[in-house]
Amino acid sequence: MRHQPSLLLGIYQALKRTRVLEDQIYYLYHHQNPEKPLIIGKGYLSTGQEAISVASAFALQPQDWAAPSHRDMGLHLARGITFKEIFAQYFCRTTGLTRGRDSNVHFGSAERKIVGFISHMGAALPIANGLAWAAKYKKEDYAVVTMFGDGASSQGCVHEAMNYAAVFKLPVVFVCNFNRWAISTPVKDQMAIENLATRAAGYGFEGITIDGNEVLQVYETVKAALDKARSGGGPTLVECKTFRMGGHGTHDPSPYIPQQEKDYWKMRDPVLLLRKFLEEKQLWDEEKEQVLIAGIDQELHEAIRWAAEQPVPEARSVLEGVFT
Amino acid sequence: MPILSYGESIRSALASEMRLDERVYVFGEDMAGYGGVFGVTQKLLEEFGNTRVRNTPLSEAAIMGEAIGAALAGLRPVPEIQFSDFMTTAFSQIIDAAASYHYRFNTSLPLTLRAPHGGGMRIGNFHSKCPEAYYFHTPGLKIVCPSTPYEAKGLLIAAIRDPDPVIYFEEKKLYWEIKGEVPEEAYELPLGKADLKREGKDITLVTYGSMVHLALKAAQVLEKEKIELEVLDLRSLTPLDEAALFQSFKKTNRVIVLHEAVQRGGIGGELVSLIVEKCFDDLAAPPLRIASKFCPVPVAPTLEDAYLPSLQDILEGARGLMRY
Repeated sequence: MRHQPSLLLGIYQALKRTRVLEDQIYYLYHHQNPEKPLIIGKGYLSTGQEAISVASAFALQPQDWAAPSHRDMGLHLARGITFKEIFAQYFCRTTGLTRGRDSNVHFGSAERKIVGFISHMGAALPIANGLAWAAKYKKEDYAVVTMFGDGASSQGCVHEAMNYAAVFKLPVVFVCNFNRWAISTPVKDQMAIENLATRAAGYGFEGITIDGNEVLQVYETVKAALDKARSGGGPTLVECKTFRMGGHGTHDPSPYIPQQEKDYWKMRDPVLLLRKFLEEKQLWDEEKEQVLIAGIDQELHEAIRWAAEQPVPEARSVLEGVFT
Repeated sequence: MPILSYGESIRSALASEMRLDERVYVFGEDMAGYGGVFGVTQKLLEEFGNTRVRNTPLSEAAIMGEAIGAALAGLRPVPEIQFSDFMTTAFSQIIDAAASYHYRFNTSLPLTLRAPHGGGMRIGNFHSKCPEAYYFHTPGLKIVCPSTPYEAKGLLIAAIRDPDPVIYFEEKKLYWEIKGEVPEEAYELPLGKADLKREGKDITLVTYGSMVHLALKAAQVLEKEKIELEVLDLRSLTPLDEAALFQSFKKTNRVIVLHEAVQRGGIGGELVSLIVEKCFDDLAAPPLRIASKFCPVPVAPTLEDAYLPSLQDILEGARGLMRY
């Protein structure tokens, strides 16, 4: 075994926490009272591609920064954001990460070195570059990981950011969750190439295509890229082939995705793949699974109860912190 | 006190802040060895080296993204966008990412975007526009428009020390055209504080940037006709010194708003609205806006002169207000 059991089990638990939390968000969205909803807005879930954000988070050192995309719940949790904070955010309460000023996936945390998400896909990459440049400027030993999807890769600022990172040899790792669907647009309508990683050569750095559902492969690749970045080797593009098992959001049943594609990827569920691996190594069994799930469930329900009791922002605070 | 041109004063502000604060650095297209296309940043490379004075690829979104990331990492970036016209290619980074960051995350974002601004140089639509209204419309951005060498240094230093994103529009026509006394040491002129450039009892002319000089010229001519123009230089558009505007208007009861940007949807409309809403009973004549013609900026001298606000426009406007 290449990795310590504690690491493998830690990654598995993080994957499972992400999955169970997002299943709960999906459930709440569909079962809440529409007259008095708890979740304001919708949920944009990472179900099926959790391995990418979880593995990337595990590959980070505490001093590193992350500028994630909207399907990176696993990274937030692994960086220490709690279920309570997540639900307070989704319920738009004052104790949420944006104090009710922004919704669902649009959060971050400077204390935990996570850049707040901007919906304009690809917008995180230029900002990740700035953090990476600051590491060089201050001669500090940190690197930055930033995530985006195959859809975002069509945006101009993604190209600008990759070229820019190459020119300045920035300690940044670009992680693409190549999940094949940008809302309803299939990847074949997004690009005329098979592998996004081939673009890296055009910028002058290494591009690697890996199986994004094999969490250990993602972990090893991103870790190596981060180590390279920290030691002055410049950027890397890591393309993780994966699949978005749900729709674009909790409101989208994704009828446009062929059933056969959904069935295929269900077999390749990254949580199941790792569980199978751990069971083969006799590190995991059904009993352990039940204990883990029970613990997560309890924490979840406590967090939901807590968040539901948190204060909503007062209307008169709407202009707080804005200069005119 | 040394006599500096407007451009030298900006350079002096950059150099003095860079000497005082290691976190301050400048970057942008052609800035380093060449000193920028207007020569404003000449000599900085020799003193501060190529980490703190850095050329970038032609990538405005990446430049602005770097500034956001570097500010999050604790630096005080001062990016330059070569012409304020080119800010459109960084629009999303400015509007979506930078402007809302503080409101959403309660996180300071101390960056100062410098951008040469305005026309009169016969260089056409892509190098002459005054785009401040786009940014004035956006909560979360401070906007500075200095009119003299003294203002240029004091306001730039205040902008760099400010915890929020500031757009600092530099009047490219003034770079080497006007000179004035500028203290050698670092000094701040507070953002949000207008300056009464000339006192008068008949008409308040409120303006900013290069138009201040046209207004003062008009005031001299009108003086001979016994019309006293009070010239109020806003210096910053956000924060906006409404108190100074109202105070002056209540004295004169007549107002001209003058700006180089085109009239429709411009700052002038907002200033007039404020006066009509807050000081309706003090109006002795309808407020008057004087601005550029509503067309792309033309190149032919005859056309550009016809496009820009003229001395004649102000004289006729003022006479009309007095006859009303």
